[in-house]
Amino acid sequence: SSHFFRQDIMKWNGWGYSDSRFLFNKKGQGEFTGKRYRLSGMILPSLKDWFEATFGTSLQHKTPATPTLNVSAVPPPNLVEPFVEELKVAGVAASHDPEGRVFRSHGHCLHEIFALREGRIGRVPDLVVWPNCHNDVVKIVELACKYNVCLMPYGGGTSVSSALECPLEETRSVVSLDTSQMNRILWIDEKNLTVHVEAGIIGQDLERQLNESGYCTGHEPDSMEFSSLGGWVATRASGMKKNIYGNIEDLVVHIKMVTPRGVIEKSCQGPRMSTGPDIHHFIMGSEGTLGVVTEVTMKIRPLPEYQKYGSIVFPNFQQGVSCLREVARQRCAPASIRLMDNEQFQFGHALKPQVSSIFTSFLDGLKKFYITKFKGFEPHHLCVATLLFEGDREKVLQHEKQVYDIAAKFGGLAAGEDNGQRGYMLTFVIAYLRDLGMDYYVIGESFETSVPWDRVLDLCRNVKERIVRECKERGVQFPPFSTCRVTQTYDAGACVYFYFAFNYRGLADPLHVYERVEHEAREEILANGGSLSHHHGVGKLRKEWMREAVSTVGLGMLQSVKEYVDPNNIFGNRNLL
Amino acid sequence: MASVLYSPRDPGLKKRDELEDMLEERRRSSDARHALRCYAPAVYKGLAPREVSALRGAVLQSDALQHVIGQVSAECGERRELVQEEAAHLLDEMAHRLRLGTVRFFAYVLSKVFKTLFRSVRVNEEGVQRLQQAIQDHPVVLLPSHRSYMDFLMMSYILYTYDLALPVIAAGMDFMSMKVVGEMLRMSGAFFIRRSFGGDKLYWAVFSEYVKTMLRTGYAPIEFFLEGTRSRTGKSLTPKTGLLNIVMEPFFKGEVFDIHLVPVSISYDRILEESLYARELLGVPKPKETTSGLLKARQILREDYGVMHVYFGHPVSVRSLAQGRVKRSQYNLVPRHIPQRPCLAAQALVGEAAFRLVRLQEQAMVLRPWTLVATLLLQNPDGMDLPVLEEQAAWLRRLALSFGAFLDWPDCKPCREVVGAGLALHKNLARVSGGRVRLAVAETPGVGQTAEELAFDRAVGVLSCASYRNQILHVFIRPALLSVALRTANSSRKDEVYTCFNFLWTVFSNEFILCPGASVQDFEEACYLLGKCCAVQESQQDIVMSEGGHATLAFLRALLDPFLQGYQVVCQYLCKETEENLRENKFVPAARNFALQLILAGTLKCYEALSSDLQKNALAALVQLEAVTKVKVGDQVTLKVNRRAASSLEDMLGGRIPTQKPVHARL
Repeated sequence: SSHFFRQDIMKWNGWGYSDSRFLFNKKGQGEFTGKRYRLSGMILPSLKDWFEATFGTSLQHKTPATPTLNVSAVPPPNLVEPFVEELKVAGVAASHDPEGRVFRSHGHCLHEIFALREGRIGRVPDLVVWPNCHNDVVKIVELACKYNVCLMPYGGGTSVSSALECPLEETRSVVSLDTSQMNRILWIDEKNLTVHVEAGIIGQDLERQLNESGYCTGHEPDSMEFSSLGGWVATRASGMKKNIYGNIEDLVVHIKMVTPRGVIEKSCQGPRMSTGPDIHHFIMGSEGTLGVVTEVTMKIRPLPEYQKYGSIVFPNFQQGVSCLREVARQRCAPASIRLMDNEQFQFGHALKPQVSSIFTSFLDGLKKFYITKFKGFEPHHLCVATLLFEGDREKVLQHEKQVYDIAAKFGGLAAGEDNGQRGYMLTFVIAYLRDLGMDYYVIGESFETSVPWDRVLDLCRNVKERIVRECKERGVQFPPFSTCRVTQTYDAGACVYFYFAFNYRGLADPLHVYERVEHEAREEILANGGSLSHHHGVGKLRKEWMREAVSTVGLGMLQSVKEYVDPNNIFGNRNLL
Repeated sequence: MASVLYSPRDPGLKKRDELEDMLEERRRSSDARHALRCYAPAVYKGLAPREVSALRGAVLQSDALQHVIGQVSAECGERRELVQEEAAHLLDEMAHRLRLGTVRFFAYVLSKVFKTLFRSVRVNEEGVQRLQQAIQDHPVVLLPSHRSYMDFLMMSYILYTYDLALPVIAAGMDFMSMKVVGEMLRMSGAFFIRRSFGGDKLYWAVFSEYVKTMLRTGYAPIEFFLEGTRSRTGKSLTPKTGLLNIVMEPFFKGEVFDIHLVPVSISYDRILEESLYARELLGVPKPKETTSGLLKARQILREDYGVMHVYFGHPVSVRSLAQGRVKRSQYNLVPRHIPQRPCLAAQALVGEAAFRLVRLQEQAMVLRPWTLVATLLLQNPDGMDLPVLEEQAAWLRRLALSFGAFLDWPDCKPCREVVGAGLALHKNLARVSGGRVRLAVAETPGVGQTAEELAFDRAVGVLSCASYRNQILHVFIRPALLSVALRTANSSRKDEVYTCFNFLWTVFSNEFILCPGASVQDFEEACYLLGKCCAVQESQQDIVMSEGGHATLAFLRALLDPFLQGYQVVCQYLCKETEENLRENKFVPAARNFALQLILAGTLKCYEALSSDLQKNALAALVQLEAVTKVKVGDQVTLKVNRRAASSLEDMLGGRIPTQKPVHARL
């Protein structure tokens, strides 16, 4: 049945599609399997050397995952029979099949995936229900209130904040409310350029279906292949092309949410209102603690006529940041502009597929020569920005020139469309790489923050260094991979993404070390003026810092909303507060 | 790494590095080649060194300085450009102009000078290696102790010799008056700060931004003296926190990942300025530093100054110090270039760090046998038979070692030889005749010498000698305070002994390096040390002298005696002073004169009571204990004396009345 559709083509203990994964083949060459991505089926000749040199690992030492889920390890469901009965009467699909419950018991934090790979199953939901429409959700919530059952909304399952973990202290029956069947576009309003969609729709499906009508939302978070509209609303998601289309809070016109108190929604779709604090802002970022988002009206735009990728090489990260800052100052940021540090630049190179012609490799060599020898860029300092322009052709070309002119003032050299395009493609496959690492004693994670412009450089340096230092102090044998990139620009600051990974051979409790390091890295972010989260959300992973982040009064405000909307904690995932 | 600051309970167990003579190589190979050799130090994160002019531009254009320039221009209605010019002028007056040529010149000259002055200059090379690593990883602040003008010349010379990045050094403006030398120092990395610029916002901004810019960019290690000035007494001075505040701020504001503070302990067998200091303490004004004055110092070159020791301590990480103490996020809400008063926690941390760092300096200061000999001679003004002196020196050596002193006493040599070597080197201070040793002070007035002049002459001898004894005081101070407290306390109950201890501890908190708020810790340390050398016995409730503890306790009490007497004299003076509005700047000469009269009358034997350093410290203590109040009238400060309080303080110090609780602290 379609209930299990996604679960059937996706990994149960790793990222993404089952058919797509990195591996080292018998010759020791890196390879990406499957057919879904541009990189699929390609040989990556430099990956092995980079991997071994960066992590100090050897392909001899493997740590393979448990191949299949041991169903007997899944705790038996704790079901409230009359609740299940009444659901059946109401015609709502439900299942307590162990695989389905395990699949919905986690997001993609390292510790969650690490445990699954080792075959360790913790607390999982007792039941999965698949509402088909808004009214089904109303029914489910009513019944949950009636029988005091704990509901946990589940969208795309891409959370990286421990938001989907069942609270250990929860003794009630936990029901995972999977929104995947509520995935229809209900209407498109071309006069107002809005679309009304059920919140369970997955990002790529929404975009594809809108494209067929000549529209797009333009909302493209890195997880858009798997994440859902409802999830975006619940976490305050951000999209790669927010410079043109805005983040989720800019895109949303109307939200319908079912809560234990009833349905919350606005009475009209006016583009802006002065009606007290915007109730949408209680919903956006509520992380499933207040109710289930069932339907959303979003802005749409006609598909852009023209798209062009680009890239710029800078002599060092500092110059790159200065350039991005200037671009933001002049408010001429392309649809997307991202700046990778040197380590990520080198990492990008490691993922270059085998070149098919001597001519291409000759050209690559020439480019490298030009940049390092002729322009005097230090290969261990240079860094690269990737760009994506969108719009009508003439304007794009004009815009492109403007950006490259600014870049030139900061020593930036245009480095071609290919590099840019590959950078964005890597965004989607990079998540698969962690699974490869975990096959060879390497664990890692990414996390993000937002920070005022004047602190970007200091924050990047200090956090990267803190990671290195903490790893060393905790007995990590080989220096970690600690790297960052600036992924979004704003008027007053930027979004920064960190990646860190290390070789855990020789550590008794690698997960604990990992968690401590991530914790200290977050402390460092906060000490350097960074936010608790730019778009991943708080979940349970970052809850301890909420009071500091929003003040005691702020936290109290949120708590009192929760108390009013859901006094019995039916939406008991215990995120955020 | 925070534990670096907290010495282990048993300081004797501290591991110390070996010291090597760095002049040995100089004596074997050409100084000219040394001065001209390839100098390529490892620098911070491998960054290319910045030009002096680039540094100037960076400071003048910095947001922080521009902000203050804007403020100042608005406040005094001056055109912005004029204020900017003024700032540039201040910066030029201040800034160093480090040039390798000058450094090479110094390397040549100083090689010659040091080889003439010192038998050897011994350095812990492991410490140098640690420093070299630290310089590459983090901005480094060098914090040497300050006993002589030689200190910073030697620091730069050592760093040059070991191929380390040369420091830029905060120096007092007084050097500037020495035209040529001042400029030479400037070109070898010194930058000059006015002694007082309290209210001058612009000056402060230029100065602090200059230091911070160098620090943030890892331009060079920054060197300054926590004590602020050369200690004339051989004791460490209460640290000043102004510059330490400035250099720690870039860490608090997240501008650097960490900053490493490296305490450096420099000690001398003989201090070049020895008798000069004693005269200064007795009120002969400090000669203005002039180039010709320095040339006169040529005769200095003919003397033997023995061995010099330089010990580079473990770098102390500011990050580790601040861990859990200072919330860096407090700076999140205001742009960092706008000056912000550090929070109380940060202020407390800096203050505490300053004291701890000075203690680290003290603890790594190499002590020579002579310091023990000088101590004994001062306690026996009538002289000692040489064998007795030797025997007591050997005893004192064991005591010092058990208290953790960093004593450089050659194991292989007989005690007689060791003591003899010290006496030989310091023949100007101690004289051996007829098998008896005594301080080299005149007994009877010389021809045409007044009794006053004789007294001052003697005082010079005593104070010079005391400057060596003072070097070891930090080893004994806590047990010594306890020894006195044991004598004055009404009972042997610990809490009563502590009350007395805490009283003395408070009174002497300006005299010795006693970390604020650490009196309980210090008391425990003192109890532990005296217990360890079997001088006292501790039980749950009580602390009593052991049977064999008499000699130790008596020695320790005698060690404090000059200070106890000196402070009492100051109290007496203040009680007897009839002038209602005593001006602060008249206090020292008047107190000195009072003490002098007592000495001339034969009622006071303690020449150290003449020391202006002691008098100033005593006054500070009296102010702190509210026996004296400072009243500001116009631009004059006058002292208002609470005679009853001063008198009872005098009696308490003399052990004549029991200690009342001046300060409340919990044991």
